[in-house]
Amino acid sequence: MTYIAKPKFQHPGLPKNDLGFTHRDYEGKVSTLCAGCGHDSITASIIEACYELSIEPHRVAKISGIGCSSKTPDYFLGNSHGFNSVHGRMPSVLTGANLANRDLIYLGVSGDGDSASIGFGQFAHSIRRGVNMTYIVENNGVYGLTKGQFSATADRGSKNKRGLMNTDNAIDLVAIALQLGASFVARSFSGDKTQLVPLIAAAIQHKGAAFIDVISPCVAFNNHAGSTKSFDYVREHNDAVNRLDVITGRDPITVDYAPGTVQVVEQHDGSKIALRKIDADYDPHDRVGAMTFLQKHAAKGQIVTGLLYVDPDSDDLHAHLNTVETPLNQLGEKALCPGSAALDKINASLR
Amino acid sequence: MPVQSPISSVNDFVVRFANVNGSGSASANELFARSILRHGVPVSPRNVFPSNIQGLPTWYEVRVTEDSHLGARGGVDMMVAMNPQTWDKDLASIEPGGYLFYDSTKPMPASKFRADITVIGVPLTAITNSTYTDPRQRQLFKNIIYLGSLCALLDMDPKLVEQLIGEQYKGKEKLLSSNVHALHLGRDWALQNLKCPIGLRVRKADKVGDRIFIEGNSAAALGAVYGGATVCAWYPITPSSSLADAFTSHCKRLRHDPETGKAKYAIVQGEDELASIGIVIGASWNGARAFTATSGPGISLMQEFIGLSYFAEIPAVIMNVQRAGPSTGMPTRTQQCDIIACAYASHGDTKHVLLFPEDPAEAFEFAAQAFDLAERLQTTIFVMLDLDIGMNHRLSRPLKWDDARQYDRGKVMTAEMLSDGRDFGRYLDVDGDGIPFRTYPGTHPTKGSFFTRGTSRDRYARYSEEGSVYADNMQRLVRKFESAQDMVPRPLQANAAKPTKYGVIYFGSTAPAMDEAIGLLEARGHQLDRLRIRAFPFHSSVASFIADHDFVYVVEQNRDAQLRSLIVNENGIDPVRLVPILHYDGTPITARFIADAIGDHQDQLKVTPLRKVKS
Repeated sequence: MTYIAKPKFQHPGLPKNDLGFTHRDYEGKVSTLCAGCGHDSITASIIEACYELSIEPHRVAKISGIGCSSKTPDYFLGNSHGFNSVHGRMPSVLTGANLANRDLIYLGVSGDGDSASIGFGQFAHSIRRGVNMTYIVENNGVYGLTKGQFSATADRGSKNKRGLMNTDNAIDLVAIALQLGASFVARSFSGDKTQLVPLIAAAIQHKGAAFIDVISPCVAFNNHAGSTKSFDYVREHNDAVNRLDVITGRDPITVDYAPGTVQVVEQHDGSKIALRKIDADYDPHDRVGAMTFLQKHAAKGQIVTGLLYVDPDSDDLHAHLNTVETPLNQLGEKALCPGSAALDKINASLR
Repeated sequence: MPVQSPISSVNDFVVRFANVNGSGSASANELFARSILRHGVPVSPRNVFPSNIQGLPTWYEVRVTEDSHLGARGGVDMMVAMNPQTWDKDLASIEPGGYLFYDSTKPMPASKFRADITVIGVPLTAITNSTYTDPRQRQLFKNIIYLGSLCALLDMDPKLVEQLIGEQYKGKEKLLSSNVHALHLGRDWALQNLKCPIGLRVRKADKVGDRIFIEGNSAAALGAVYGGATVCAWYPITPSSSLADAFTSHCKRLRHDPETGKAKYAIVQGEDELASIGIVIGASWNGARAFTATSGPGISLMQEFIGLSYFAEIPAVIMNVQRAGPSTGMPTRTQQCDIIACAYASHGDTKHVLLFPEDPAEAFEFAAQAFDLAERLQTTIFVMLDLDIGMNHRLSRPLKWDDARQYDRGKVMTAEMLSDGRDFGRYLDVDGDGIPFRTYPGTHPTKGSFFTRGTSRDRYARYSEEGSVYADNMQRLVRKFESAQDMVPRPLQANAAKPTKYGVIYFGSTAPAMDEAIGLLEARGHQLDRLRIRAFPFHSSVASFIADHDFVYVVEQNRDAQLRSLIVNENGIDPVRLVPILHYDGTPITARFIADAIGDHQDQLKVTPLRKVKS
């Protein structure tokens, strides 16, 4: 985690991953968020997931919108290019970046204001296009940077710090993502690293639009009694459907958590997700079932977490557009310019 | 009423077709224009169409002009009145001595005609209905039948029309022969029943040369293909949609890998203009050449991103096919009304590069050049087309490409340069031109990464709210804009035959009308030096041109004299010295309008004596 400044030198005995990188190589600048912010825990989980997957840090493009959550890409993967773009517009910027170079890993970081309010449209359309990305919403139900206004994910009936009640219905981005055809949909909790790290790792390896809604309490404006996004509330109402292990051909990330049956899901790139099922009836390949499950539990006031849906055979926007394997940003005049002879023919056809 | 003799003119007249939108007339009318071109006689056609798919009135105007006056002329010498809804207006628009061509199947009262024109009736519906039974065929072939009659009336060579039909329906023999049949039905009826030819005639000439006949939107799209654009994101809006459509079809022909069949481009129809420009900026940030095509309302929606492009210094190309605003304005009518909106787009202190093509050939060149400029200057480049250039076929010099030309990818620091220890500051002015180096994401494992943001930062892209750091960056952006002055297309000057104290500045689609107006003004005894501005920021020759003349007219197609305001503002010119000549009713500007407006002003200058100051 990078909320405190650490010295540059490191202990020679620090564990290294397959590429010889330590955790430190995946860290970024010192966080400027409030101490105890759920977002910093998510940052730590992203670092952990990238470390575990042995990703080359500079091969990740981190793209965000505007808001507290959107500041976080500065706090992890310091050797990656980051883009803190325009409020609510991360999805379009990420889509464009992805079209330009299909070989990088795209990590979109957004918040509930960024994705459920101002950027609701862009969220929806990037999901339905199947952009190959990991889209993380750090969801605290509140506008932190502008000091505590309700966001569109705030539950009806929840109270803000001043005691005002939210009377608008909440948007559940997980339900929307399922409906829009996201091929990987999960929800987690910033305080549950054991569940979150493998989810992020699996999402990164997933080909297509992977969406993770992470409930992330705001210690400054949304961690009080009456809030449905506080640490206490989420812990009490969390209903996990499964626990993940991600197996990448090396030692699996073993999560010694709940017992139960294990189901292995092989993803497009050959990596495997082991689902430790808690709910015996839960089938993560059933989109309609996932939607029903979600609604039933929401009605009971339960926040369902875990991997809710995955399509292991999904495709992405590049497949839909039938683009060449070489990243478009690496094509030069030779590949792109038809030349004067072709132009002469075009001229002739226009006479 | 004095007897008006019928207009007699060879290769110099205007025919206007009044049709109902969606009746299939467009292809027949275009065939008419192309047929005249095949006679070696230049034409300049214009669509005048409503914001509608079916049912409302639409017009197609063909100016036949052996002298290659490609601007709109104004006035109609022959009206092909195929739309009863607009009959009265169409009839009134015919020049005295002109011709009215109509469907005479149903008798019309004499009050529905004019005495000073020649009325030509052809029973088109009767001919059509006696030949065809299928309603759709009846509608389509009626158009070809009137084309056949015009062929006889205007003394056109039917062989040339047949040849064109042959090219159009190559491989579809049934359609080919039935179209030729319909053509002759109309022609034969006219030859047998009417006095052919009339006073307006097409005579073979050799005045077309190697010129091509193309819409500006298609040419600009081709420029994007040649300029190396790989990502196009757009949202449908008239009159720019056909630019994105043309890019799609050009790419389908020219940009697929011959072995794998895969596409060397990505086109996304965005959910709106915000997403379109967002995709463009994301792709350009990541090193691809990307563009969007839009019109005024789209520009309004893109404002925030345009500011980001300016401040975070990310290349972007926006093709703005202008239409009449504000608000929804007149979506299918032309104007040059987004000059200020684009030059100063977005919040805060911003300035953007604008390119003003005059015709399809320049639309092609400027579109291709826009990608070099965007990457060299790392900012948004606007290609300012308009509906008149974009959506009309225009006779244009052939498109040219130098195979030795290389794309200017701008200042990009590579992995090798970073490994060699080059100092990388994303916003560091290393060459004194205000232009810093950038790196593409994923370039180097440990060097050259930076965090792109719209908030202020120092020369090394580190977040900073220090006033001096912010001001330092803003001043560098001014230096960069000054550097742009010498990179963009320069103004073109053409001097009058005799030395004169008066000049005229114009740009974009006004060019052909302006060139023609010069001749009309000379005939009235007025000499004018001309300067066609082709880009913003303005080259220093703009200020010197103004300094060299007592008065300079600034001709533009908007209400508020936007280019004039930009010149006054950017060059500190005394506004009194720039006389606005403004045309903004949504129709293309004409030589007659310009010559009248400037001529009247010049006449006043001549006759008005200096006022004596009484003490």
